[in-house]
Amino acid sequence: MTNTYRDSGRAGLVDERQFVDILEERRHSSDLGHALRTFNPHPYQGAAPCSAAELNKAVLEAQYLRYVTKEIAMETGSSVEEVRKEACGILEEMSQNLQLGFIRLMGYTLTKVFKRLFTSIFVNMEGLNMLQQAIQETPVILMPNHRSYVDFLIISYILFTYDIPVPVIAAGIPLAGMKMVGEILRRSGAFFIRRAIGSDKLYWAVLSEYVKAIVRKGYAPMEFYVEGLRSRTLKSLTPKLGMMHMVLEPYFKGEVFDITLVPISISYDRVLEESLLAHELLGVPKPKESTMGLLKASKVLQEDYGTMHVNFGRPLSVRQLCHGKINRCQYNLIPRDLPQKPTAEAQACVSWLAHLMVRIQEEGSLISPWSLMACLLLQAPITVLTEEGLLWQQLTEKTLWLRKLALDYGARLNWSGQAPDSDVMSSAVALHCSIVHRKAGRVYLVQEEELARKRPISLEEGVTRTAAAVLMLASYRNQLLHVFVRPALLATAIHITKSTQRNELFTFFCFLQDLFSYEFIFIPDKLSQDFEEACLLLKKCGAVHISQQEVTLSDMGLEALSFLQALLQPFIDSYQVMFRYLSEEGVNVFTEKQFLPAVRNLATKLILSGELHTYEALSSDTQKNVLSALRRLEAVTKLRASEQNEYKVNKAAVRRTGDILSGKIPPQMLQTTPDARL
Amino acid sequence: MASNSSGGSSDRQRIAQQRLRIIAGHLQRPVDGDSAILAAECKAQGSKPDTSREEKTVPRRRQEIMKWNGWGYSDSRFLFNKKGQAEFTGKRYRLSGMIIPGLKDWFECTFGASLQHKTPATPLLNSSAVQPPTLNEAFVEELKSTGIPFSQDAEDRVFRAHGHCLHEIFALREGKFGRVPDMVVWPNCHNDVVKIVELASKHNVCLIPYGGGTSVSSALECPPEETRSIVSLDTSQMNRILWVDEKNLTAHVEAGIVGQDLERLLNESGYCTGHEPDSMEFSSLGGWVATRASGMKKNIYGNIEDLVVHIKMVTPQGVIEKSCQGPRMSTGPDIHHFIMGSEGTLGVVTEVTMKIRPMPEYQKYGSVVFPNFEQGVACLREVARQRCAPASIRLMDNEQFKFGHALKPQVSSIFTSFLDGLKKFYITKFKGFDPNRLCVATLLFEGDREKVLQHEKQVYDIAAKFGGLAAGEDNGQRGYMLTFVIAYLRDLGMDYYVIGESFETSVPWDRVLDICRNVKARIVRECKERGVQFPPLSTCRVTQTYDAGACVYFYFAFNYRGLSDPVHVYEQVEHAAREEILANGGSLSHHHGVGKLRKEWMRETVSNVGMGMLKSVKDYVDPNNIFGNRNLL
Repeated sequence: MTNTYRDSGRAGLVDERQFVDILEERRHSSDLGHALRTFNPHPYQGAAPCSAAELNKAVLEAQYLRYVTKEIAMETGSSVEEVRKEACGILEEMSQNLQLGFIRLMGYTLTKVFKRLFTSIFVNMEGLNMLQQAIQETPVILMPNHRSYVDFLIISYILFTYDIPVPVIAAGIPLAGMKMVGEILRRSGAFFIRRAIGSDKLYWAVLSEYVKAIVRKGYAPMEFYVEGLRSRTLKSLTPKLGMMHMVLEPYFKGEVFDITLVPISISYDRVLEESLLAHELLGVPKPKESTMGLLKASKVLQEDYGTMHVNFGRPLSVRQLCHGKINRCQYNLIPRDLPQKPTAEAQACVSWLAHLMVRIQEEGSLISPWSLMACLLLQAPITVLTEEGLLWQQLTEKTLWLRKLALDYGARLNWSGQAPDSDVMSSAVALHCSIVHRKAGRVYLVQEEELARKRPISLEEGVTRTAAAVLMLASYRNQLLHVFVRPALLATAIHITKSTQRNELFTFFCFLQDLFSYEFIFIPDKLSQDFEEACLLLKKCGAVHISQQEVTLSDMGLEALSFLQALLQPFIDSYQVMFRYLSEEGVNVFTEKQFLPAVRNLATKLILSGELHTYEALSSDTQKNVLSALRRLEAVTKLRASEQNEYKVNKAAVRRTGDILSGKIPPQMLQTTPDARL
Repeated sequence: MASNSSGGSSDRQRIAQQRLRIIAGHLQRPVDGDSAILAAECKAQGSKPDTSREEKTVPRRRQEIMKWNGWGYSDSRFLFNKKGQAEFTGKRYRLSGMIIPGLKDWFECTFGASLQHKTPATPLLNSSAVQPPTLNEAFVEELKSTGIPFSQDAEDRVFRAHGHCLHEIFALREGKFGRVPDMVVWPNCHNDVVKIVELASKHNVCLIPYGGGTSVSSALECPPEETRSIVSLDTSQMNRILWVDEKNLTAHVEAGIVGQDLERLLNESGYCTGHEPDSMEFSSLGGWVATRASGMKKNIYGNIEDLVVHIKMVTPQGVIEKSCQGPRMSTGPDIHHFIMGSEGTLGVVTEVTMKIRPMPEYQKYGSVVFPNFEQGVACLREVARQRCAPASIRLMDNEQFKFGHALKPQVSSIFTSFLDGLKKFYITKFKGFDPNRLCVATLLFEGDREKVLQHEKQVYDIAAKFGGLAAGEDNGQRGYMLTFVIAYLRDLGMDYYVIGESFETSVPWDRVLDICRNVKARIVRECKERGVQFPPLSTCRVTQTYDAGACVYFYFAFNYRGLSDPVHVYEQVEHAAREEILANGGSLSHHHGVGKLRKEWMRETVSNVGMGMLKSVKDYVDPNNIFGNRNLL
């Protein structure tokens, strides 16, 4: 199964020939002409024509919703009619109203915006052709990653341009609240989902029936973000399973013959929201989505964001993927529309598939030269970046070295051999002048100037200022973490355990995967394959010799080994800071709201005192991930009775986890049992 | 023959004759004069044993009238004549002697087949290719002393070594024979069977009961691992109606009688059983009981389990039967249900008491066209909900509708073809039906004339609510004809690289559409993945309605040119299709049975405990596995 989803020739420099710049044509012909083009797509053959209103009607009349309505009426004591009305209201708020006219309007607007923002938008034609075919055969789910608001309608835009049915898109409810824009989005195919639905049974029911009805009927391709939301760190997020389950259920229950999943990887040279995101991670609240805000943001339109790549992955048959993973007979003995908790088998299958999709998105994304450079910049001591400056010569040499390593590891690099390497790197730095600048053969980190001008800044503010730049840098590094993370975990295991025994290293490798399960994407139940892959890759770069029992270091690959280990160091340091905080006296029960600033304060203090060398500990993302990981390891528990999401710490367990991570005590398998095969 | 000249010839007889002609319609070509089918008042048992004997369809030597490597009568087959037109030979059927102009185009377009590429069957049965019999001399000796006829002739043995699964017929056409029974015995009555079973038990001989030979579950295949002498017990000569009880409306019949004889003989007395499985020309009463058969008109008459009042079966432990004929009993689990569906693993059914009904006064076919299959299914569901299903109601999908259309015989008058054109125009243009989506339901009403007409109106009114348009009697009748000639058509396909098969399931109402779509799609996908060059014919129809679900019948056929092992590919696809059926909440079988073909799924179908129950019955009734066909378990 491992390799079935991989494109055959995935590794290496991306062949530019299969990517077409869709802006090229727009720059040479009329935008209005494009918007008004004849749109004549081939829809799913199994679909009977159905309007948005008919779809809504079918949803409200669905047996499943009737069951739930009755159930809720019984529980709350209100009448069935009242509950039905409420369901109606929910559906009204949620549902899309896809209209071709608005697709045209969207097309026209986006052409204008895209032409200004990007030098080019590359799309792989091969993937698009396969999609066109797949859409006619089965209901299709488009699954892009989400790195910027800009990509919200990009898929619709591309499909419109190439005469493929435009999708309905799952969006967060805040977008619906935007004046005018919300309605335009709705008519462009967006449907809106509330955040934090929690235990609102009726809402879940309406949403899932709506999603299932769209899939069942093959109403339109459905697009949703399996990561749930926009990644603030540009790193893949642990997939959310609710939506995924709704989408797959019609297949599990035999209501459709098959469903096609199309993973889509969108990669940016430079992300519009880079600075906003970094600040958000440092605790500056995200501006509310509003039309005014959108207009004000138009100043970002003045800048250059390089190119955008949209890589349509190979369409995947759910039927094939789930073969042997789900026994569809399990639905034979109860009415299929009876509200039922999914079985453990179904949950595991959904989770596996969701993780798999994110991994394919990762593998399909294009890595820019800048990501390589960001990676290396972050490994330089911070004072070098802020004060002395890093020698350009040194950076470029190292970047070329890393380029080779990345290629060896099968990364898709957006680094065509046509331009001279030095030009490629220079222009990468030029594009990212908001983060680094080059002066007299050295590279410096850009510090925000505005803050500095008003008044002398405090030490703490200085830390935040540097942190913002570091986190931006980190986000570009994050774009390529997936290439290195497996061998990096092994390199770290070797470094910390100082062991050469395969089984010991495997145990520690598993511990690290477990601990970082919210940080990086690992497909469940693939521990031993991941470990094998890590061994192979380390061997490939000459860093280790591998025998049946042992993994021994080789002198040849020290450079790679120390690079890989340094790649994970910020994470390990950050985790240790938080373990330390949680082990302190006085912290027993806390809420997430208390936890984040408290940890931030501690980290700031440690950075100032020189004890902590990474600014990434300040990122709320890392902090939340630690909390989730500890909950998973049952070192932190959520208090049931509490309304405010209070947590309780098991200090001994946290300390033990920290000690294992620092190599003081050997890991016993914390939660997952080791893979049976080893 | 009943005599019309006698003064006692009543009105009733005359009416009955009239009805008979109608009834015979869908089975037999109308014969000049009334000699073939006559109505007669019921006579008590044994009144005319000799005359009725002559009318029996199935002789001991089946080869005298039937094909050895294909379906049905030797004189009836489809062929493409020199002009490339399809015709059906013989005189037995309505279609016999007719030209079917549309079949060639349909055949070539549907399968990508060509009349240039032929795959003719081995013409003659080569007896020397048949394994010599392994005989149990002691058994043979004792059998001889009983006077029960038997044979070790190769032809006789080959005829009883197979049913009509694709792989069985395919092998025969290639002149290949696997393990065949070592001898055939023809008991003449219940007592003969008792003697044979006793001897078999005494000498440890394996018995395989044989009725009509229409099995499609590999039930008649001799287990290759069987080392004992295998004796095929052919019940075809036990074919008498022993008595008719007009007070209770039951008939006591020997189990070897085939469907057409049973109906014809009862019809002579003005009665019928109403049990009409598609195979009724050849399948036997004992076979129906042993496989839990289902008849086309079960809505009025019931399935075999509803029709049977009393069963007598000979087992190695002795004879099993009930002590009375009470219509329903609360006496523990019904022992009939150990017998029905036992597929010859426990014993031989020798005599059955069955319900009979007076023949219906009036019979009428009908058909309804729906814009699409979904609407059609919704209509059938509503008919079932209102419990107003006619004697038969079947819904064919679009592909099968086209198939049926291709079987239209040449029309003689320009007027008819003009009318046909007009009808087509009305449905597709005026009503806006998409010819590639529309589907048709065929109907058969039976009963009092008045009630039939009333019933008809009720059903058509429901159909109208689902967008259905009445499409005439002719379409309906042709739909039923399709089921009788489909097996002959398979032989035609096999002459031109096309192989196919049908299989069935039963499924709850809410899953009917899903199972139809998914199974058909699975067949198409599996064929593609296994290198079948041309998309297969993958089609279905809903053939029976029940309160809680329906029976669905699939046809699947493909052109195997370019495949090195077509039968293997065929079997893999069929296997996948069955898995798909089970995954979609369908049953392992509605009426074909399990045999050896579907054995692997029995455990998951009836649970471990269920398997244990069935096994323990087998262990008690037949501890030495005398009935060793190894079906079911």
